[in-house]
Amino acid sequence: MSENIESKPYISYLQAESKHKGIFKWILSTDHKRIGIMYMMGMMAFLLVGISLGFMMKLEMLTPGKTIMDAQTYNAFFTLHGVIMIFLFIIPGLPAVFGNFMLPLQIGARDVAFPRLNLLSWWLYVIGGLFAIVSLFLQGGPIDTGWTFYVPYSIRTGTNVSLPLFAAFILGFSSILTGLNFVTTVHRLRAPGMTFFKMPLFVWAIYSTAWIQVIATPVVGITIILVIVERAFSLGIFDPALGGDPLLFQHLFWIYSHPAVYIMILPAMGAVSEIIPTFSKRTIFGYKAIAFSSLAIAFIGYFVWAHHMFTTGISEVSRFIFSLLTFLVAIPSGVKVFNWVATLYKGSITPGPPLLFVMMFIFLFSIGGLTGLILGSLATDVHVHDTYFVVAHFHYVMFGGTVMIFFAALHYWLPKMFGRMYNEKVAKWSIALIFVGFNMLYFTMFILGYEGMPRRYWDYLPQFQTLQIISTVGSWILISGILLMIGNLNRGIKRGAKAVANPWGGKTLEWTIPSPPPVHNFDVIPVITHGPYNYGEEEEK
Amino acid sequence: MNNHSENFEEHVHRDDFGAKMGMWLFLFTELLLFGGLFLLYMAYRLQYSHEFHIAARELNIGIGTFNTIILLTSSMTMALSITAMRLERKTLSLFLLASTILLAFGFLVNKFFEWSAKFGHGLYPGSDVLLDKPRGEYLFYGMYYAMTGLHAIHVIVGMIILTFMFVFISRNSITSTNYIKLENSGLYWHLVDLIWIFLFPLFYLMR
Amino acid sequence: MTNEHSEKEHIIGYGTYVLIWLVLIGLTVTTVSISGINLGNIALAVALLIAALKSAFVINIFMHIKFEDKIFKVFIAVALMTLLSVFVLTAFDVFFR
Repeated sequence: MSENIESKPYISYLQAESKHKGIFKWILSTDHKRIGIMYMMGMMAFLLVGISLGFMMKLEMLTPGKTIMDAQTYNAFFTLHGVIMIFLFIIPGLPAVFGNFMLPLQIGARDVAFPRLNLLSWWLYVIGGLFAIVSLFLQGGPIDTGWTFYVPYSIRTGTNVSLPLFAAFILGFSSILTGLNFVTTVHRLRAPGMTFFKMPLFVWAIYSTAWIQVIATPVVGITIILVIVERAFSLGIFDPALGGDPLLFQHLFWIYSHPAVYIMILPAMGAVSEIIPTFSKRTIFGYKAIAFSSLAIAFIGYFVWAHHMFTTGISEVSRFIFSLLTFLVAIPSGVKVFNWVATLYKGSITPGPPLLFVMMFIFLFSIGGLTGLILGSLATDVHVHDTYFVVAHFHYVMFGGTVMIFFAALHYWLPKMFGRMYNEKVAKWSIALIFVGFNMLYFTMFILGYEGMPRRYWDYLPQFQTLQIISTVGSWILISGILLMIGNLNRGIKRGAKAVANPWGGKTLEWTIPSPPPVHNFDVIPVITHGPYNYGEEEEK
Repeated sequence: MNNHSENFEEHVHRDDFGAKMGMWLFLFTELLLFGGLFLLYMAYRLQYSHEFHIAARELNIGIGTFNTIILLTSSMTMALSITAMRLERKTLSLFLLASTILLAFGFLVNKFFEWSAKFGHGLYPGSDVLLDKPRGEYLFYGMYYAMTGLHAIHVIVGMIILTFMFVFISRNSITSTNYIKLENSGLYWHLVDLIWIFLFPLFYLMR
Repeated sequence: MTNEHSEKEHIIGYGTYVLIWLVLIGLTVTTVSISGINLGNIALAVALLIAALKSAFVINIFMHIKFEDKIFKVFIAVALMTLLSVFVLTAFDVFFR
């Protein structure tokens, strides 16, 4: 089948010409595929910056007291690490890269609903990123509030707060526009015959995510604006000295920032639901359960924000309610994990690099999820709140969850995006390094946190040093694994063997067109008659 | 952007329904943006109920009511303008759209005088007059300036958008069969009106 | 993609808009007059109720949601319910603190 697709000559989106010259062919392109690639470039750059900051922080933690930087620099570093990784890497993450590239392909469309708006989103992303970078070099010094920008400190500190906040606002706007674009795309541009329940699960996940982007992001937008205005005009809204209530800032901040973790994880779960059927050659188990669990996670995830505030003095009643709601999220998450594992059962499994990443994801994410229950319980949260335990939990879920699947998706869809293969053996070596390094780095943090090591501290007691050393060495192994992986992918893109149209035997629509895809994706818009994972068994009704 | 060469031309398929859907999704983001402020208002009014009532007496109900009527009227002219466009009465549509923009401007002029009067009495954030007052009253003005200020920015943005629509109509790029731009701008303008419908009782009608 | 043509036919007449405008002005006058009476605790509730009524007219007629496809109504319901839930959940903190 792939042969006859391959044999027809066509112009791929990578080669296509336009009226623009040179780099403008890309940065003024409204092609969703090019925009996806451009997001990927930007994100990889910011990922490397974020990794370097994390590397330096762990190096500082090698010994108690000063190792390589002073305390104020450390404050700036953990703030920047958070801001860059969250606002510039994981939040845009999978939706912006793979959502852009794959969503139209998977629903049989030629582009997203608003291609020019899509380009604007990318530009806003770049401008937001630039503002964040520029703010580092202005007078006053880099922001040192932590990525959560808690008031009243963020109102009072003399470092540059307003500009990075404004950058976050612009990035939020970019995210909103992407979200509304995707919702409209899913509603309007599905190929004939593709009902909602014939959509690939990645599309379901992106759709749920897009809703959170639209409904949650504006709340943090107004919060950020208020902090900027507060700094400029002292309205008093968040300033306790003028009667304001800093806890309300935390409410508003987490009303966005908690759903934001679902913006990060849901598309990753969607990608898992693509990779598992392909590599086990089985129809996904419980299609509807997975589809609805995406919506359920998006919905419940919106209403659990105050579990970030259990120790801040919010009312007893709300602590009970939010703790209960938090536990509810475990149900749809569990539904997904069980369905994935059930899909693998008796499947014809090929352990390709994407599937290995997915296996690693299930392992790490389960640890992250279960420790989340410890944090969600009121009693235990008091003990481990604001310790390394939280840091470890967060990294197991976000890094072990989202970023691992970002890597998995890179390995899964790279042949489609660039028409070239990477070296699978090297990929497997990098996965092994990442797995070992990751657990050394972050599992020790669970223990450290449980023993009382607070987060964001520059100094620590001597008794923590052994574990800190293990953790720091883990960071070196992890980073070498990631660099090996990026090097391997980069080599694959440039010099890898030509990829066929469907190297993994996937059944969704993107695999029915040549790699790399032609400019207009589909010569003829396909007509859909069956579900997305049709491996010849009886189809689920 | 519309004349890419043959390989890269955009697939111009018009989808008015989709455009309207996108606009509504955008309106939800506006709703949630103001929603954050209304949430703060709720919390502070609860906490400082007494002070809020005292501070609200300084606001001028007359100007508030007048501005409400102005915005409601502008919403009507906006809606009428779209109907006129669809009935192919271009001149009438332009006239109604111009009235909308003019009413919006009138709203801002009123707002300007209202704010200037407050500033004249020393009722602005950080002023000594306000700093001497109880914290609840200070916050009332904080909320007042934040919410009406953000609303005023939306009025200005709306005026700019409507001005563009005026140009589009006069250049015939909005027509009786292709009027989705005008309709979406109208939706935006009605949202600005909707927000004011709630701001008005919350600030001006507290006695 | 099914219902997109049905709403195209529907043009709301000038008269309807003017009528709704009169109703809105009437409601504004009502809410201002009521605010002069001391209603105590329910004053805010009454004012918000009238505001909600006015919004319903604006959304249904001016923004012609009444005549739109069902999906728009579902969307609006989702957005409003979300906003409402956020208010209620935050209130659990600020009311009981």
